[in-house]
Amino acid sequence: MTVESTAASKPRRSSKRTGATAAKSASSATSASSAKRAGKQPQQEPQPGTSEPQLVQLLTPEGERVEHPEYNVDLSADELKGLYRDMVLTRRFDAEATALQRQGELGLWASLLGQEAAQIGSGRALRDDDYVFPTYREHGVAWCRGVDPTNLLGMFRGVNHGGWDPNSNNFHLYTIVIGSQTLHATGYAMGVAKDGADSAVIAYFGDGASSQGDVAESFTFSAVYNAPVVFFCQNNQWAISEPTERQTRVPLYQRAQGFGFPGVRVDGNDVLACLAVTRSALERARRGEGPTLVEAFTYRMGAHTTSDDPTKYRHDDERAAWEAKDPILRLRTYLEREVLGENEAEAFFTALEEESDVLAKRVREVVRAMPDPDHMAIFENVYADGHALVDEERAQFAAYQASFATELDSGSAAGPAQEGK
Amino acid sequence: MAAEKMSLAKALNESLRKALDTDPKVLIMGEDVGKLGGVFRITDGLQKDFGEGRVIDTPLAESGIVGTAIGLALRGYRPVVEIQFDGFVFPAYDQIVTQLAKMHARALGKIKLPVVVRIPYGGGIGAVEHHSESPEALFAHVSGLKVVSPSNASDGYWMLQQAIQSDDPVIFFEPKRRYWDKAEVDTEAIPDPLHAARTVRTGTDLTLAAYGPMVKVCLEAAAAAEEEGKSLEVLDLRSMSPIDFDAVQKSVEKTRRLVVVHEAPVFYGSGAEIAARITERCFYHLEAPVLRVGGFHAPYPPARLEEEYLPGLDRVLDAVDRSLAY
Repeated sequence: MTVESTAASKPRRSSKRTGATAAKSASSATSASSAKRAGKQPQQEPQPGTSEPQLVQLLTPEGERVEHPEYNVDLSADELKGLYRDMVLTRRFDAEATALQRQGELGLWASLLGQEAAQIGSGRALRDDDYVFPTYREHGVAWCRGVDPTNLLGMFRGVNHGGWDPNSNNFHLYTIVIGSQTLHATGYAMGVAKDGADSAVIAYFGDGASSQGDVAESFTFSAVYNAPVVFFCQNNQWAISEPTERQTRVPLYQRAQGFGFPGVRVDGNDVLACLAVTRSALERARRGEGPTLVEAFTYRMGAHTTSDDPTKYRHDDERAAWEAKDPILRLRTYLEREVLGENEAEAFFTALEEESDVLAKRVREVVRAMPDPDHMAIFENVYADGHALVDEERAQFAAYQASFATELDSGSAAGPAQEGK
Repeated sequence: MAAEKMSLAKALNESLRKALDTDPKVLIMGEDVGKLGGVFRITDGLQKDFGEGRVIDTPLAESGIVGTAIGLALRGYRPVVEIQFDGFVFPAYDQIVTQLAKMHARALGKIKLPVVVRIPYGGGIGAVEHHSESPEALFAHVSGLKVVSPSNASDGYWMLQQAIQSDDPVIFFEPKRRYWDKAEVDTEAIPDPLHAARTVRTGTDLTLAAYGPMVKVCLEAAAAAEEEGKSLEVLDLRSMSPIDFDAVQKSVEKTRRLVVVHEAPVFYGSGAEIAARITERCFYHLEAPVLRVGGFHAPYPPARLEEEYLPGLDRVLDAVDRSLAY
């Protein structure tokens, strides 16, 4: 397989092409099988990533607003500006974090560049009482949840493994093992249903995670227990160096059908479509109709993480093709053309740029000032109820550390005090 | 109900029943735990009395069982999940080790994971492959987990109560060949702490330390040794993480000899940990090296060979003789 044969490098078909709902997808599958029985040629199923079938879109790459028969959003100018602001600030935060990694302030960074619409669109579809289970790249969703972006950087700087309180913003900790969180989301959603609450749960994961057993198991459990969970797959075309074709032979959203719930593919670079589709899936969950799989068809513009080198496995022209579909540019075009007057536009974009600078500066300052944890933190929070071995090792390590102070005090050249007798 | 003689299986059933009755947040989850009552009938009758919302038959997916239990715990529930047999826990091992064990620390203590994973373990029932293993060391090695194993009905009743009440994840190993052994269970007693070892027989010449299915074997060995004029002390460790080293140390300082007995392979097993720690703590008290009796570094054998594999009376007594010969 060559890079050229991948989805992303192909020119898109009509940008105004509108999608179909999961229900449509299910009915088309039925009619295809009936056609087979009738001896007719069944409808050709698209190969994964080789086309963009049934892609829900409300805003074209050229910034034109298009209608969709199933999904729509009616947003005020302020709401549209809000989405734009979210995406711009998230991108700026992401760029700053990447820069901080390059400057040695962070050990690693997983950039979301290119995925702003998928994250902001889905994130802004959520209600406060909904619960989010992210991977480690959902910086835009965290932003929508009101998590201070600097909280996300502790784990990348190496001062903790997460650190924030998941319950203060209903935003769970980042999960590094691929796909594990989809089961946590499902279990949490089962609990929501048991409580009789009408909130919903959303689980984020990527195209690579779709190959994990845990994701398949979460589909099974959520369907069997009718759990109010939305599976939001950001298909960014690459799982480090593995293309979508290495994960699946059918478009990912179609997986849902085999588990008994709807799947829908949305233009992941279209913030309005992501908002509309996610909102619809969440409402479905709230009504007690069970899970939905949303596949946001998007592109990771940068590297998988700052340790990755995408030049080894993908061509520049692929990125160039996706840059033409940039989620921020298209909304800007739309805002300029249809929503804001000339003066208002200039003032809005200038103010936003200034706000971005302030955010970036704050992020930089907070990260640089982030203290290393106390060395005794190793032993903290290993257990909720305590553990004799941890207590013993804590005491030994404390004594060992204290021995250096004693050594300095006494000016002794002897080694640290030995543990035990 | 106060003191009553019952089997370990019945005691575990009563314990689960009490937990479901006491705390509406307690849930039972697992394969076949509902209508069937579990393959060992530990959950017998619970779904009938508490409903399908509390006693949940799950799809056949161990990672899914533990992973969704984590989500339920995050929502405020206290799931008690059943893994059907020891060897079937491995599909869930990732969820247990990377998620269940670590999430409390990851959140700097801001969330708790009160999940109990019940695993019938060990051999001696003539089962096929993957139905007789003792993987406790694999879990005890993982920080964030607590690992316990009752050896009798009374401990089965009380330790399961305590495990469910714990805010930490507890791997609860049930010695399946002791399910049908009966003992007095006082359901109104004040139980020992969950992680405290217990002296189940006092002696002066040597300490046998064991847990779960091997406690009974050690008691039989001590009785046999008494006929030969040897006085053996038997400790039921009850907990493999943490281990009550103070109790072991106290006993060894008295008897000066220690033999650790378990079914799991000796290599890298819990006996190795106990031997190392006790050697550190009791070096000047020991009259002999700490000896270990356990399984071989080989796959658990087919049922017709398990009597050779499992430590029995003779192998324990052989180790006792070797220790006393120093």
